[in-house]
Amino acid sequence: MPAIVSVKNLTKRYDSGTHALKDVSLDIEDGEILALLGPNGAGKTTLISCICGIASATSGTVTVDGHDNVRDYRAARRLIGLVPQEINLEPFETVMNTVRFSRGLFGKAPDDAHLERVLRQLSLWDKKDSQVRALSGGMKRRVLIAKALSHEPKVLFLDEPTAGVDVGLRKEMWDTVSDLQKHGVTIILTTHYIEEAEAMADRIGVISGGEIKLVRDKAGLMRELGRKRFVIELGEAVDMLPAALKDYRLERAAGGCELVYTYDTQGDGTGIRRLLNDLSAAGITARDVRTEQSSLEDIFVDLVDGEGRS
Amino acid sequence: MNLTAIWAIYRFEMARALRTVTQTVVSPVLSTSLYFVVFGAAIGSRIQEVEGVSYGAFIVPGLIMLSVITQSISNASFGIYFPKFIGSIYELLSAPASFLEITAGYVLAAATKSLTIGVIILITAFFFVDLRIQHPVWMVVFLVLTCLSFSLFGFIVGIWATNFEQLQLVPLLLVQPLIFLGGTFYSISMLPGVWEQVSLFNPVVYLVSGFRWSFYGMADVALGWSLLAIFGFTGLCVAIIGLIFRTGWRIRD
Repeated sequence: MPAIVSVKNLTKRYDSGTHALKDVSLDIEDGEILALLGPNGAGKTTLISCICGIASATSGTVTVDGHDNVRDYRAARRLIGLVPQEINLEPFETVMNTVRFSRGLFGKAPDDAHLERVLRQLSLWDKKDSQVRALSGGMKRRVLIAKALSHEPKVLFLDEPTAGVDVGLRKEMWDTVSDLQKHGVTIILTTHYIEEAEAMADRIGVISGGEIKLVRDKAGLMRELGRKRFVIELGEAVDMLPAALKDYRLERAAGGCELVYTYDTQGDGTGIRRLLNDLSAAGITARDVRTEQSSLEDIFVDLVDGEGRS
Repeated sequence: MNLTAIWAIYRFEMARALRTVTQTVVSPVLSTSLYFVVFGAAIGSRIQEVEGVSYGAFIVPGLIMLSVITQSISNASFGIYFPKFIGSIYELLSAPASFLEITAGYVLAAATKSLTIGVIILITAFFFVDLRIQHPVWMVVFLVLTCLSFSLFGFIVGIWATNFEQLQLVPLLLVQPLIFLGGTFYSISMLPGVWEQVSLFNPVVYLVSGFRWSFYGMADVALGWSLLAIFGFTGLCVAIIGLIFRTGWRIRD
């Protein structure tokens, strides 16, 4: 799939000296939902700010559908809708006028029919004449989305869209996002909720310390997650494995007191029964067994914490 | 040119003025009427005419300038400071709009509001004093340019300010004294020699003088200087705003 947003060697150093982005390169594919996972202060918001024009990059380039976001900023920005993390809304204006303002600001001719569709889609139509300050937190967040959608963007950035949102509303938000994708909108969302990334994303990127640590398609990542570890505690430690067990690619752990067998849960057979038979035949007795499964969270924590964990 | 963006900002800002019509229109009209009562009727009756013009009528151009300048600054500075304060400026910065378009939207809205107030005060003045306007076209030129240039200045103040106190600081500590000492309520020729010279360093003198000339044909300084002052001030403000947006000073990280 072609990249609709292409970030190349993006670096951002703030005047305070903070090195928020370090040589970040990332291609966002047309029509996908990309979830950027990262802890607080990882650089998620800075990356979005640099792409959308709120912050100036120290070096590197960003193109949106082929348009450079500095030299050809009008064409680039026209394609982008941004839903910020904070609820930054003019409190005294009505919902309808607030979204009308956004549409006009992005150079689009008035089209109340489109705005009505957007507000209905976000269950805000009944509130169109209410002042923003009178809305609940969840509704305000949806007004932010409505503003971003008012000018019909091709790419939508959602910066932690469900932070501080209750479970019911979070699910509603996920439905809205998949609905938008069906309408051809490319979506980039940042989150630190792993289940959110799992529920919505086509690809998952992990950002930490201003660096992209990993970008993988979710299916591939889930396959990796589908691998389980079968740990066999032995009665006696073994120094060397018999040649008959070579095909199992067993790992010795805990000083030889444990053998670890990794298998694919989605494969045809696990091979566990055969392994146990072969172990018994080789004269190795198992005292106890257990299974372990790495989660996306484990991978995430490993990447974020650095190399110290196994 | 993203004219739609300018129009969107303009409309949004004008809507704010309509929501707060008491604060925006009624309050300056009331305070100016009080000036007329105090300076025009109560004190003015004890002050002799100034170059053939009754004191009440003499202060009208100065009073209009006083309101128009303070309103322009406060409207434009609040207009851009408020999005900064609540964070909605993200939308302006990420919009396909140039600095010129964003500035135009806010400044034109602020100037429209202060111009409306200026016109209302002028109409109010007709009820209090015997008013004549010798050069109506020049009067409009001075009024419009003053609204625009001080709205530009207010826009700069709004970007510079990092809290509400600073937002009030420049209008209160710098602009208000300059206006009061700028010949609003007197002709600088009434001042003792040295103070008349000192007053010439006050840019407001040139604006009030030019504006008063358009009413009564009398001026503290030559008309050319007044025009130069207003155009120079406008140009300076545009240049500063251009620099702010190019460097992103206080608006873009």
